[in-house]
Amino acid sequence: MMDGSASGDVLTKEQKIRNFNINFGPQHPAAHGVLRMVLELDGEVVERADPHIGLLHRGTEKLMESRTYLQNLPYFDRLDYVAPMNQEHAWCLAIERLAGIEVPRRGSMIRVLYSEIGRVLNHLLNVTTQAMDVGALTPPLWGFEEREKLMIFYERACGARLHSAYFRPGGVHQDLPPDLIDDIEAWTETFPRVLDDIDTLLTENRIFKQRNADIGVVTEEDIQNWAFSGVMVRGSGLAWDLRRAQPYECYNEFDFQIPVGKNGDCYDRYLCRMAEMRESTKIIRQAIEKLRREPGDVLARGKVAPPPRAEMKTSMEALIHHFKLYTEGFRVPAGEIYAAVEAPKGEFGVYLVADGTNKPYRAKIRAPGYLHLQAMDHVAKGHLLADVAAIIGTMDIVFGEVDR
Amino acid sequence: MTEALSQLAAHIGLKRPDLAEDACSIAHDELTVKIGLSDLFEFVRFLKADPACQFTTLVDITAVDHPERVKRFDMVYHFLSMWQNQRIRVKFELREDEMVPSITELHPSAGWFEREVFDMFGILFSGHPDLRRILTDYGFRGHPLRKDFPTTGYTEVRYDEALKRVVYEPVNLVQEYRQFDFMSPWEGAEYILPGDDKAQGEKGGGQ
Repeated sequence: MMDGSASGDVLTKEQKIRNFNINFGPQHPAAHGVLRMVLELDGEVVERADPHIGLLHRGTEKLMESRTYLQNLPYFDRLDYVAPMNQEHAWCLAIERLAGIEVPRRGSMIRVLYSEIGRVLNHLLNVTTQAMDVGALTPPLWGFEEREKLMIFYERACGARLHSAYFRPGGVHQDLPPDLIDDIEAWTETFPRVLDDIDTLLTENRIFKQRNADIGVVTEEDIQNWAFSGVMVRGSGLAWDLRRAQPYECYNEFDFQIPVGKNGDCYDRYLCRMAEMRESTKIIRQAIEKLRREPGDVLARGKVAPPPRAEMKTSMEALIHHFKLYTEGFRVPAGEIYAAVEAPKGEFGVYLVADGTNKPYRAKIRAPGYLHLQAMDHVAKGHLLADVAAIIGTMDIVFGEVDR
Repeated sequence: MTEALSQLAAHIGLKRPDLAEDACSIAHDELTVKIGLSDLFEFVRFLKADPACQFTTLVDITAVDHPERVKRFDMVYHFLSMWQNQRIRVKFELREDEMVPSITELHPSAGWFEREVFDMFGILFSGHPDLRRILTDYGFRGHPLRKDFPTTGYTEVRYDEALKRVVYEPVNLVQEYRQFDFMSPWEGAEYILPGDDKAQGEKGGGQ
């Protein structure tokens, strides 16, 4: 805004120019939720970005301190609600490592299967809505159709499309019916074609390229300084993936590639996500093959898991166990643990401090989006206002996990 | 995994003789280093620069509140080395009136984590460029993750039709906040079963 009208610029022939501050959000569709960002603009160039977060803060960590370990599990669905099961996974891993619980093989494979479905769910949403942020309307319509199919797989496994609460300490809640496994396999055969379609819409699209290539470049130094993880790292050429580097569950048995980008810009990250979806489809197919070969129990039947339903009809001890498990809950031995998984957005971790009772003493949720958004000022500086939307999109920010 | 960790622990012990002898401990395949508050900045610098450590990625900063202790808080830092593929946890205890040196100079990513710890626990960081609240409401009072902060909070908001704006009011619970404690009474749970208080005629004890 110019306010040099009365400041004597007639004499000096100069105009006093003040930077323009605007509020981006909290109700802006490209803010991907409730992000209020104060942007200082010089003309159309962003000079400073100050994200104000916390509008979706629900005090998850405080609430968790007064609930049992099992009651806390559903809170994790409500963090990154785009790929809920991946979050539950971190919580289960933390409890299992602290209590020394061994997950049965079939349970572990179902976890891998559903983690990868979660990854596809997330990347579909991210790739297509990011495309919408830069002007394309068709991709989200196509992407959400596939997401719908995947959420039906969620529903058929656990009864809920989003808030699944399917992964439990010790395994997964219930075994998958055989026809569900067949249907997931049928889906993996049609899905690559849908990806090809989205590919033809976006990859060589002139506008999409102009809006994304060379925007939001992240260097190796930025990755270290701002503690990026996930695609934000891989888009810049570092093949860092926790599934490979620090394998958890039975990921080391699966054959998959880690796609990396070259330039570290929004466009490379888009390509990475597209390639990761293809890799995830591969993992899903392998998991299905393994699941067909190896039947078995899906829950470690110990103190942390309920007894089988049939046993409860005849055994008094099983009935007592069931009642105690769902009222008092199980105990986790005192200690501290940090468990991380490669969630679709990056490293999602849980730092758990247990004091030997049935409730966590303290649980800290480490969300990847929190750190990515923190670097907003650094990444967006010097870009145009319109690029801010593209950068928010490529950082893959979901406020459920950022605000917790 | 554990072998590499004990090697790393030995290396840290060798390079940093100022640490206590039992500073490094390994539990559940994780290395924890206990340091003093004053060593923090130098130790983090060492972890970042040392070629055998290279803990260049800050994973997390958080605190744990133990109100019964004199040194009330545990500050917990997690670092990751993508180069060595190792993780490390750095811990120290803190009194309520002490300030923590900010590590934003070494790890710019610490900025929001420190703001969050300040917001949630009221721990101050010296040298932090922008120590504002981050997750709670504008004008919020108190530090929610302290154990003496009630889960219900102190204020609630509602939209007032007459004033045509959102108003803040003290929390009014239509039903008492229910904190179920299902711990077995013979295993150390501290609560009085309904009716027991009348039988005893005195406070506490129960049973």
